[in-house]
Amino acid sequence: MKVFTIFFAAILVNNFVLQKFLGICPFLGVTKKIDTATGMTMAVIFVMILASLITWLLNGLLEALGIGFLTTIAFILVIAVLVQFVEIFLKKSSPALYQALGIYLPLITTNCAILGLTLINVQNQYSLLETVFNSLGAGVGYGMSMILFAGIREQLDLVEIPEPFKGFSGALVTAGLMSMAFMGFNGMIKL
Amino acid sequence: MTDKTLGSETQKKFFDFSILTSGIFANNPTFIQVIGMCPTLATTTNAINGLGMGVATLFVMVMSNLMLSVVRKWTPDKIRIPIFVIIIAGFVTIIDLLMHAFTYDLWKTLGIFIPLIVVNCIIMARAEQFASKNNVVDSILDGIGNGIGFIGALVLVGSIRELLGNGTIFGVTVWGEAFRVFLVILPPGAFITLGLLLALFNWAGIERKKAEKKRAEALKAARAGEKA
Repeated sequence: MKVFTIFFAAILVNNFVLQKFLGICPFLGVTKKIDTATGMTMAVIFVMILASLITWLLNGLLEALGIGFLTTIAFILVIAVLVQFVEIFLKKSSPALYQALGIYLPLITTNCAILGLTLINVQNQYSLLETVFNSLGAGVGYGMSMILFAGIREQLDLVEIPEPFKGFSGALVTAGLMSMAFMGFNGMIKL
Repeated sequence: MTDKTLGSETQKKFFDFSILTSGIFANNPTFIQVIGMCPTLATTTNAINGLGMGVATLFVMVMSNLMLSVVRKWTPDKIRIPIFVIIIAGFVTIIDLLMHAFTYDLWKTLGIFIPLIVVNCIIMARAEQFASKNNVVDSILDGIGNGIGFIGALVLVGSIRELLGNGTIFGVTVWGEAFRVFLVILPPGAFITLGLLLALFNWAGIERKKAEKKRAEALKAARAGEKA
């Protein structure tokens, strides 16, 4: 039962973008259209699950060797290599998916949502199953806020907004209002 | 682009302060380049947290800029990104351990955002655009400039949020409990405060452009008048 609590809490209560401020750069950068937001979301969920599985195993190894302080270096290297590997693998095995995700894949290395997620999993000392569900929930929550935000921004293009609020400033205020809406989920799930 | 020209012009002088001030004002990482948003939003619940985060980032940026510009000639172009990442991650681990040892409370409050300095876009952007192309002294100056610019932005946002949300600045009571907007300290407040600040800077930029245009037109009219 606990895994489902973790899953839903990761989507709604601890939403990565709107409550934890992880992965803001792509959230502001690639949400001008719903299509691109969806592509980025797919790539992020994919890498999130793979990365959290591998870093979970790696963390066990680092702890066993007594070099836990190397977590940051080891994790970022794993993520960088993983992203490169996924890119090469997809290019060969499924060109259609590669085409769809193409430009977003390399950007994921520096997406703090991925490194953040792996560090959160380790800090909370989740078991392997909990790690998988937390990563899935974080990915779905990330995707949900990305796609909702992209939808709102597509609508915003059609209306007249004051000159100073065009671009990032207006987007940030919009995100603030969304974040306020997500605060309604606070207290719904107690962990 | 501007960085490149800056670098080539400054080959003659040992210290060039335009590199330093460019990072603080004209190319401010937060308000002009709009990068590194995650720590700016997450760690600015009060001014002290903002300052701590800013100083940690400054340290990593100066050290990684220094290191990268030293090794830039031996870095193969194809694997430069992994090399950057390892060097940056090394310095982040150092600051993480230092803060754990000497400023434990701050370390605990900033939490996950200290290791996340590795993926801070500002550091990567400076490494890619500046330190990998310029000499050591210029790279250090660039790191200090951008670091101070980042600290300034974090302290500004942090002070505003602390003042409105808690009635204090740096823990010093200004009006205390008399006027508090609790929302400002919560996550939505971070987005909205930064959004409004950016809008203010945009507005200032637009007004300045308008004024310049008016002045140019007035000058033109005056010249036309002189000719006539």
